[in-house]
Amino acid sequence: MKPIATTRSSMNIATGKLAVWWVLVSEIVIFGGVLGSYIMNRIAHVEWGEQASHTNTWAGAFNTFVLLTSSLFAVLAHQAAEKHDGKKAAQYLYYTCFGGLIFLIVKSFEWAHEIREGFVIQSGGFWGYYYVAAGLHGFHVLAGMLVMLWVADSAKKNQDLHRVENVGLYWHFVDIVWIFLFPLLYIAK
Amino acid sequence: MANHHDTHDHHDGAHAHHDEGWFKKYFWSTDHKIIGFQYMFTGMLLALLGAFMAYVFRMQLAFPGQAVPGWGVVSPGQYNMLITNHGSIMIFWVAMPVLIAGFGNYIIPLMIGADDMVFPRLNRLSYQLFFVSVLLLIASLVVQNGGFGGAWTAYPPLSANKDFNLTPLGSSLWLGAVAVEFVAFLLGGINFIVTAMNARAPGMKAFDVPIVVWTIVIASILFMASVGPLVAGAVMLLFDQLLGTSFFNPNRGGDPILWQHLFWFFGHPEVYVVLLPAMGIVAEVMTVFARKKLFAYKTVIYTIVATGVLSFFVWAHHQFVAGIDPRMANVFTVTTVLISIPIAEMCFVYIATLYGGSITLSTPMLWALAFMAEFMLGGVTGIYLGSSGADIFFHDTYFVVAHFHYTFFPIAIIAVMSGITYWFPKMFGRHMNDFWGKVHFWGTIIPFNGIFIPLFVLGAAGEHRRIFDYHSFPHLATPELQSLRIIATVSLVVMLAFQPVFLVNYIVSMFRGPKADKNPWKANTLEWTADSPPPHGNWAELPNCYRGPYEYSVEGRELDYWPQNEKA
Ligand code: HEM
Ligand SMILES: [Cu+2]
Repeated sequence: MKPIATTRSSMNIATGKLAVWWVLVSEIVIFGGVLGSYIMNRIAHVEWGEQASHTNTWAGAFNTFVLLTSSLFAVLAHQAAEKHDGKKAAQYLYYTCFGGLIFLIVKSFEWAHEIREGFVIQSGGFWGYYYVAAGLHGFHVLAGMLVMLWVADSAKKNQDLHRVENVGLYWHFVDIVWIFLFPLLYIAK
Repeated sequence: MANHHDTHDHHDGAHAHHDEGWFKKYFWSTDHKIIGFQYMFTGMLLALLGAFMAYVFRMQLAFPGQAVPGWGVVSPGQYNMLITNHGSIMIFWVAMPVLIAGFGNYIIPLMIGADDMVFPRLNRLSYQLFFVSVLLLIASLVVQNGGFGGAWTAYPPLSANKDFNLTPLGSSLWLGAVAVEFVAFLLGGINFIVTAMNARAPGMKAFDVPIVVWTIVIASILFMASVGPLVAGAVMLLFDQLLGTSFFNPNRGGDPILWQHLFWFFGHPEVYVVLLPAMGIVAEVMTVFARKKLFAYKTVIYTIVATGVLSFFVWAHHQFVAGIDPRMANVFTVTTVLISIPIAEMCFVYIATLYGGSITLSTPMLWALAFMAEFMLGGVTGIYLGSSGADIFFHDTYFVVAHFHYTFFPIAIIAVMSGITYWFPKMFGRHMNDFWGKVHFWGTIIPFNGIFIPLFVLGAAGEHRRIFDYHSFPHLATPELQSLRIIATVSLVVMLAFQPVFLVNYIVSMFRGPKADKNPWKANTLEWTADSPPPHGNWAELPNCYRGPYEYSVEGRELDYWPQNEKA
């Protein structure tokens, strides 16, 4: 039996959506901590620029493009859900997931290459932050994909369509984090 | 079970759960009250562990080198482990779970007139994660090479390098325990915030919400907004420990001071995370036992928010001797002194609430008054520490230890006792014994001052806080100073000796105490309109709200209270 509390809406905002916003607040400070530490260190250490020059800007740019496109699909999924078209919403969510998958594949090729070159997390300086920041982000991409598959599964049956928007919000956030990571880790050399 | 939960006046909540097994009822429950108890009892058990640790290391300080009854001779490594885990346990596994998660879970839905949290299963998961963190913590104490001994602040390089701390497993398990616990409280916090925002009783506006709910919610927001960088930092520190990275290793280009920033950016707001709920509990108790409206309710809320915002800009007052730029030290001195303004204002507001009231000195009220008096000493000594010049001397002396115990003890023990004795009739439907309650009160408060006033003196005399045996420092090993240490330790033993009074009173009253009716204190807030104890679902019919929570002694009314759910 569902408690009545779960059905109330004193603020006139759906409970699930409110919760997603608070999740994002806590995520912002987590990434804020990593990136703030990185930026302060980066300013203090000019030599990190040389280390950063080994990252593959083109791979990063391609991934940016992939993520932005996947976010577009998340928006289309939301629109379909608004029109109560669960089938279509699920379809678009699968496209979004596919974008995430490509992103992770590209990422793993990059990392494999860098590790072969000897740039590992223990190499210190820039590399520590590179792996932690991108790794934390990649972990969020993966988590988002899993949640999205689960949401798509019920959306297909036209159930819980409000979740399509919520997972989309989260996906946009993951996207925005990457928009910060890309210049900080790939462009600034 | 009938599927008519969408009708407003359903009745099966109260008796739908009778046939569930014991395990399901108490360990797998999604009922906010049970989860509140889980947090509260786990926290109280760990408080016993933390107290035992304090007893052992205080005995070592008073009678160095002698076998401690119940432990034996304390080795230097054990001493560090005991101090470290005493602090970690009392803050992360006692203050947080009892004060925020325990009371928060129990009272938020009841006070806002809801039948549960908005995410009951998330709530259960939160406790389960918390429980895992307790297991990790216990494991960290018993593994090979012993528990972590690098202080609750875990400064690197000591914490990062096993060649320095000598506890490879203990350090990593301790860090893992803290990290898992943070995740548990993040989940719980989101639940609290969204519940208070969205699940209020019909008619309950934001400014009809009792102060204690406001403070717990704002504390959850502060926690959420400050803990992120430390979560990231904990991952980095764990990598330093396990993978040999060098985020905090100065030998290889890392920066140990970075950890201090990440830690205290969380650590200082954290003191307000625990302070605010304590202030909230005290506000509820004071209004009820003074039969007066809370003075300046809205101003209190704005003040809480202001305190919360300011608390993000004071953290470096913990780092005045860490080599930060003296100009930055000046800035942080100013912000630190600034933050004492809203806190002082809250104290004045509470005094104004008491002024002219008809005060009953019941056990909860005694605890609430003691909270004000003792916390004030803690707050005032903070101003000395916040002045960067004075802190160069005071830093890492027992003056600091006395300061933060005069803040944390009132928060984690005194205010919690006030809350426990106040809500006990609601929680268990019976009364605690008032006489033994008062015996316990005096038996705790007097020795508390006996412990920590000597520590102020010792700290001012230059006693450094991380020394195992002062015999190696002749100017600190004088008989005068040693006798102060003995006074502190004896007071601690006396205080601990009085705690069984509470435990027995608590447990016996739970089963044998005189029956309590719905509203024994004649209070206004909604939890007192539910049965004592409230059934699953809290009310047969959820209440509506018609007014603010503090309408006591309203002129022209026969009764001196006016429950929030009463129509006119
Ligand atoms: C709200 C309740 C408070 C709590 C729970 C609290 C807690 C603490 C704790 C735990 C420490 C020790 C840090 C360490 O391990 O070195 C500490 C130190 C300090 N506190 Fe407080 N405090 C409170 C209020 C205040 C206030 C009101 C002020 C100033 C106006 C203040 C200023 C300081 C300063 C400057 C230090 C650093 C001392 C040092 O390490 O040298 N605190 N406090
Ligand atoms: Cu502080």
